[in-house]
Amino acid sequence: MLARQDQSTDRSPLKRTPLHALHVASGGKMVPFAGYDMPVQYPAGVLREHLHTRTAAGLFDVSHMGQIELRPKSGKVEDAALALERLVPQDILAVAPGRQRYAQFTNETGGILDDLMVANFGSHLFLVVNAACKAADEAHLRAHLSDACEIVPLADRALIALQGPKAESALAEFCPDVSTMRFMDAGPHSIGNIDCFVSRSGYTGEDGFEISVPAHQAESLARALLADHDVLPIGLGARDSLRLEAGLCLYGHDIDTSTTPVEGALQWSIQKSRRTGGARAGGFAGADKILAQLDAGAPQRRVGLKPEGRAPVREGAPLFADAASTEQIGAVTSGGFGPSLNAPVAMGYLSSSHATIGSRVFAELRGQRLPLQISPMPFVPNTYKR
Amino acid sequence: MTTLFTTDHEWLRIEGDIATIGVTDYAQSQLGDVVFVELPKVGRSLKKAEAAAVVESVKAASDVYAPISGEVLEVNDALTAEPALVNSDAAGKAWFFKLKIADKSELGGLMDEAAYKAHTA
Repeated sequence: MLARQDQSTDRSPLKRTPLHALHVASGGKMVPFAGYDMPVQYPAGVLREHLHTRTAAGLFDVSHMGQIELRPKSGKVEDAALALERLVPQDILAVAPGRQRYAQFTNETGGILDDLMVANFGSHLFLVVNAACKAADEAHLRAHLSDACEIVPLADRALIALQGPKAESALAEFCPDVSTMRFMDAGPHSIGNIDCFVSRSGYTGEDGFEISVPAHQAESLARALLADHDVLPIGLGARDSLRLEAGLCLYGHDIDTSTTPVEGALQWSIQKSRRTGGARAGGFAGADKILAQLDAGAPQRRVGLKPEGRAPVREGAPLFADAASTEQIGAVTSGGFGPSLNAPVAMGYLSSSHATIGSRVFAELRGQRLPLQISPMPFVPNTYKR
Repeated sequence: MTTLFTTDHEWLRIEGDIATIGVTDYAQSQLGDVVFVELPKVGRSLKKAEAAAVVESVKAASDVYAPISGEVLEVNDALTAEPALVNSDAAGKAWFFKLKIADKSELGGLMDEAAYKAHTA
């Protein structure tokens, strides 16, 4: 009965983050993820870890993610921003020093190669990309931006996320400055004499921080934060259920090269300046398709889905307009149980003519048709400090 | 009354020609927090190794297979209402269903407690 638990097929040796020994010492159940040996949960279990993050604070090791600096050859950060705008549909020039923005690398057909965070550190840009995409992203940046930027992957840094309503007080103990940061502020901070890059952001829907720390100091920083009784270590299992309740996309599942940012319901992340009629309209890979979709609509759309019963509806479940129809109108791309909602929750794609909030669709599961409500996201209100 | 085990981490309590079936404590510890259980319909005739029930944790769904053939006599509705019973009392209150044993010879292939302990060690 445990056969379906094992989703790993890759047998190549797994990499370890600088916090690997701490995970093992903390009782983490280690699993392969994006080529790394990562904790899926700790002894508290996914349910408690999830709820603890929403009520106190959770510490996540996200060191497997890629950290890349874009250093302008001209010395002007604006030149790095304009160069990066060739690869993303976002307004990067408008990201002020000390601020961060969500972006997507697009391809020539408007599909998403990866999603990422871009921070302006004054002299250069700092990017955080997905673990599974980081080698391809680095090659993509080198192929397209080498004329304007040095592309510097920061392999010797760990990344720690501290998320939840007690994250600020836990971090402020070592770095009082962080209390003045707002959502999506980003910059260098000294945390207990460790030189870090801190952003007020995350992947849980909660207020919180992501902290880039030199690899050799990562464990002592993590241990110092975990010494606070409000802070528990949180594994990948709860990371996934938290981001799902927050309506946030998981790359490779909810967005990929077959979906555009508009289809992925990420049009909010494309500023006016890059759209038709904007100051720097287009000029990124796939602009023709993405701008046309922004103007005239897309054939499919990512939506939130709330199963009406108790059964979780998971990735891959086909969606239908009614209980008898044989014509598939979409599919679930992420789904599971939302511990804070105490109910199953999912997201998926529907043909746009069916993607109306409040209407009902049916998922096929074990030979049965189960009703789901198309719901606004996030499912759990976010608590960002704006 | 004897208790037997499968390599798939189910237990069977045999009383006469009735088998009560659940999942083992080892199985629940591997599954993590159980949030949903789907049970077979009473009266359904199950063949050995057929998917009979579903148990879902936050992160994944797993099938519970019929360890032997037989007709479903009774299911544990308490489990549908409170799936976390699987974590708190896998070997007791969290029984899944009762079968009328179709062929007692199928019990021969199952493990006793000592063999199961060795299997999960």
